[in-house]
Amino acid sequence: MTEQVVAGVPQGMPAVTLEPRLCELVSHADDNMVLAQRLGEWISHAPDLELDIALGNIALDHLGVARALYSHAGEIEGEGRTEDDFAMRRTEREFLNLLLVEQPNGDFAQTIVRQFFFDTYQRLLWADLAKSGDETLVGVAARAAKEAAYHHEFSSSWVLRLGDGTKESHRRAQRAVDTMWRFTSELARSFADEWRRGVDEVFSEAGLSIPDDPYQRSGGREGYHTEHLGFLLAEMQWMDRAYPGMEW
Amino acid sequence: MTVLVDLRLVIAGVVDPEIPVLTIEDLGILRTVEIDDGHVVVTITPTYSGCPAMRQIEDDIILALEREGVESYEVRITHNPPWSTDWMSEEGHRKLARFGIAPPTGLSEVLCPRCETDRPRMVARFGSTACKALMVCSSCGEPFDYFKQF
Repeated sequence: MTEQVVAGVPQGMPAVTLEPRLCELVSHADDNMVLAQRLGEWISHAPDLELDIALGNIALDHLGVARALYSHAGEIEGEGRTEDDFAMRRTEREFLNLLLVEQPNGDFAQTIVRQFFFDTYQRLLWADLAKSGDETLVGVAARAAKEAAYHHEFSSSWVLRLGDGTKESHRRAQRAVDTMWRFTSELARSFADEWRRGVDEVFSEAGLSIPDDPYQRSGGREGYHTEHLGFLLAEMQWMDRAYPGMEW
Repeated sequence: MTVLVDLRLVIAGVVDPEIPVLTIEDLGILRTVEIDDGHVVVTITPTYSGCPAMRQIEDDIILALEREGVESYEVRITHNPPWSTDWMSEEGHRKLARFGIAPPTGLSEVLCPRCETDRPRMVARFGSTACKALMVCSSCGEPFDYFKQF
């Protein structure tokens, strides 16, 4: 195995050595797994019962997509790795999710803005992957496309309500945009223009603006994460690590 | 002892654990049941990505197979073509409505399952399970679940 060296990254850190097709499946699975875990943190803490159920349901959809893609990745790899091996037994450096999805929930506005950026991206992504040559991926993507559209209706309607709501909701929504924007450049690389149009459309109605600051963080797809992912994985994986091979 | 049963019929009778009036055949989840030299392969298509009942359904299929004395079996999941509520049978629609859940007809055609009045109001787009939204009837005032068209 050759070790991949990424500029600006300390020497000696293990590199991700999955073959490209597997790498793509695991990347998308990781996005959905990590975001599901984040959204799950809202359960019993959301602003009201309907939102609690909505965020929980969206989390379940993301989890389901992650499971299907992990299983499929395991089949393609052919080394007997299961969905649990991917989700529960890899280290932070082996996760290939976008930095956006691992960011903390913050307040409700921050969760919604993160979700809106991600839903806008996933609608484009699934439409694209539904045309891929991988039969299983096509099926998963076609189903996930409908779910992403449903999630997008939810998140974009809340971006509107918060951005164009009270002075306080606007302040919080704009603060969320300012905080999350720096994680968006790695989001929609192959359809950046369409993604930006989708965001601008909703933001212009919501009265929200994109920050002038051009600073952007990236590296998630290569396994270089912000400090938040390690804590998320520690919570998600501790039981399997404490009791290896446990089942119920 | 050889028991002659139509295995497909038995497996088709497995019910959804969350909506027990619907069988997996009504839901359109069951694709094929193949028997090759005593080995039974049941192929199903998952519904919504987030449906937690799928694992239970797999287990229930296995239980049904074992009850029939099948020793060699597997349950396969196929994702393509993706499941859609269009695959739900007419009988499934009727059973849902009788159970108090509006079937997946598309939002403009939803009828209150209690009084059959149209134009109910959406209360919450995300309901008690991944497949349902919560609505309320504008006539009788009863809240009810709507099985989302998908």
